[in-house]
Amino acid sequence: MSMAPEHAPTMARLSLAQRLAPWMPVLLVPLLVVAGLLAIPNTSSWLTLTVSGLAMGMMIFLMASGLTLVFGLMDVINFGHGAFVSVGAFVGVSVLLMLGGMTGAPSLALNLAAMGLAVIGAMLATGAMGWAFEKVIVKPVYGHHLKQILVTMGGLIVVEQLIIVLWGPEEIYISRPEALKGAITFAGAALEKYRLVAVGLGLVVFAAMRWTLRRTKIGLIVRAGVENGEMVQALGYRLRLVFVGVFIAGSALAGLGGVMWGLYQEVVSAHMGNQAMILIFIVVIIGGLGSVEGCFIGALLVGLMQNYVAFLEPKVALISNIGLMVAILMWRPMGMIPVVKAK
Amino acid sequence: MSDPILRLEGVYTNIAQYHILQGVDLEVPRGAVTMLLGRNGVGKTTTLRTIIGHWRAHQGRVLLDGQDITRMPTPAIARAGVGFVPEDMGIFANLTVEENMVLAAASGPIDGARLDWVFQAFPPLKTFWKSEAGNLSGGQKQMLSIARAMVEERRLYLIDEPTKGLAPAIVSTMARALRELKAQGASILLVEQNFSVARALGDTACVMDDGRIVWSGEMRELATDASLQERLMGLSMEAH
Ligand SMILES: Nc1ncnc2c1ncn2[C@@H]1O[C@H](COP(=O)(O)OP(=O)(O)OP(=O)(O)O)[C@@H](O)[C@H]1O
Ligand SMILES: [Mg+2]
Repeated sequence: MSMAPEHAPTMARLSLAQRLAPWMPVLLVPLLVVAGLLAIPNTSSWLTLTVSGLAMGMMIFLMASGLTLVFGLMDVINFGHGAFVSVGAFVGVSVLLMLGGMTGAPSLALNLAAMGLAVIGAMLATGAMGWAFEKVIVKPVYGHHLKQILVTMGGLIVVEQLIIVLWGPEEIYISRPEALKGAITFAGAALEKYRLVAVGLGLVVFAAMRWTLRRTKIGLIVRAGVENGEMVQALGYRLRLVFVGVFIAGSALAGLGGVMWGLYQEVVSAHMGNQAMILIFIVVIIGGLGSVEGCFIGALLVGLMQNYVAFLEPKVALISNIGLMVAILMWRPMGMIPVVKAK
Repeated sequence: MSDPILRLEGVYTNIAQYHILQGVDLEVPRGAVTMLLGRNGVGKTTTLRTIIGHWRAHQGRVLLDGQDITRMPTPAIARAGVGFVPEDMGIFANLTVEENMVLAAASGPIDGARLDWVFQAFPPLKTFWKSEAGNLSGGQKQMLSIARAMVEERRLYLIDEPTKGLAPAIVSTMARALRELKAQGASILLVEQNFSVARALGDTACVMDDGRIVWSGEMRELATDASLQERLMGLSMEAH
């Protein structure tokens, strides 16, 4: 029994391991980077792979962040989330193709403006689509996981077919805007400009999400709702409205991720969202369902792992991420940053 | 006497296939503390959850100040001025004490004077204002749960077993806070198993058994009648 009076808490002397424990998930990222450096003898290759791993991680984070909140808040399993990735990519690419003059010009400002318009178009389209998807497909199956899985997968198939109807069955190739082609050389390593943009954008979105969740009342409601939605309602907040808002924002972010991903691969297809879902689910699960921070760290780990292993041992690249998931779940069964749920 | 702040008329509530409430009739007079008593599992918590709208009455009516709230969504009931302290406390463990309180003040920024009053009733909340609520002790969590209801003036407070599992010293802290709330003229429906607390705070009492109110009247009357207690709740308060 503790003898410390409750009004004057005393700080227990914690061992180094205890102090580090809460930071362990964050530390995994630099640990993996250092492990990469040890495994990859060539420093410049390592730097190139690290940047491309981080870029990939940021894009997965964009695509996955909405899904983790949607699950955390309303316990909704949305297998159709990939549909927003695909639609975002197609809308974005269509906008870029229309703005050929701006993307073809060797001006960074014009190129970024074109990308900005493509991103806005994609996010508006996927946000609106998220609103409809929630209303028509998700709302009728609240509280029924099996039905959610079936119905949202059905929704995904419908959307994929709609994409084929609207844009045709062929993949669409797209080249990156002129000023974002190629690489810059840093410390002897080639760093693709586009990847640096992706890293920057991911950081900005993550910081904005964190700020919203920590510093605004809406953010408080979302975080509280992930833990105990019933109590949030008993305090007078209409959780359903908040959830619809989160669903729309999450869909729009997936759309943003889709544009970035499409330009990264320089080709878009109706199935690209579905293909990305494997990585997205891995990231959401190892991060801890409902945790945006966990999702972010998980995405960086997956991106780095994928790139390092693809360089060292290409055959096991995808397996390596499953291995990562198994290892993390053995260490923390509820994910790296588990969200305490009521009951 | 004026109209009651809360009235339940023949409320039936089913949970899954079980008939839990079977015709609850209950009145909470304005500006008084009404005790809801009864053995374990008779439906006290279910009654409070039905009032706040977590469970739905299948039959009967719930009237808040004469207004029918039976089918109102929970957030609307809360906005109509009902403060709820659930049996499991409903603390947001990942949020700080401050964030818990900010959320509880749903109609705007926390009133400074009211917050001072809460701090004076529950000093640990001030000490741990910036800490995560999940790190609080059980008693401190219960303080936070009640403080969340107290942080704004409500028309009715629903409080479910605020002294459950607490050490005697903290029980008296809780009782003092509830007495202060009562002194402000609050209307409270209180579930409480600790009889000395119930006797000290209650103005009127309703005793439940098997999903119905089987006795209601003055708390004083129940407190002094050992055989009545024996008959209604299977034990007498004098033993405590
Ligand atoms: N979610 C549920 N599903 C099924 N039955 C339930 C559920 N919640 C409560 N019950 C049942 O309803 C009955 C009344 O429960 P309730 O929690 O209202 O009792 P209580 O009077 O508050 O008891 P206690 O004094 O132990 O808190 C009990 O028989 C309980 O088993
Ligand atoms: Mg109970």
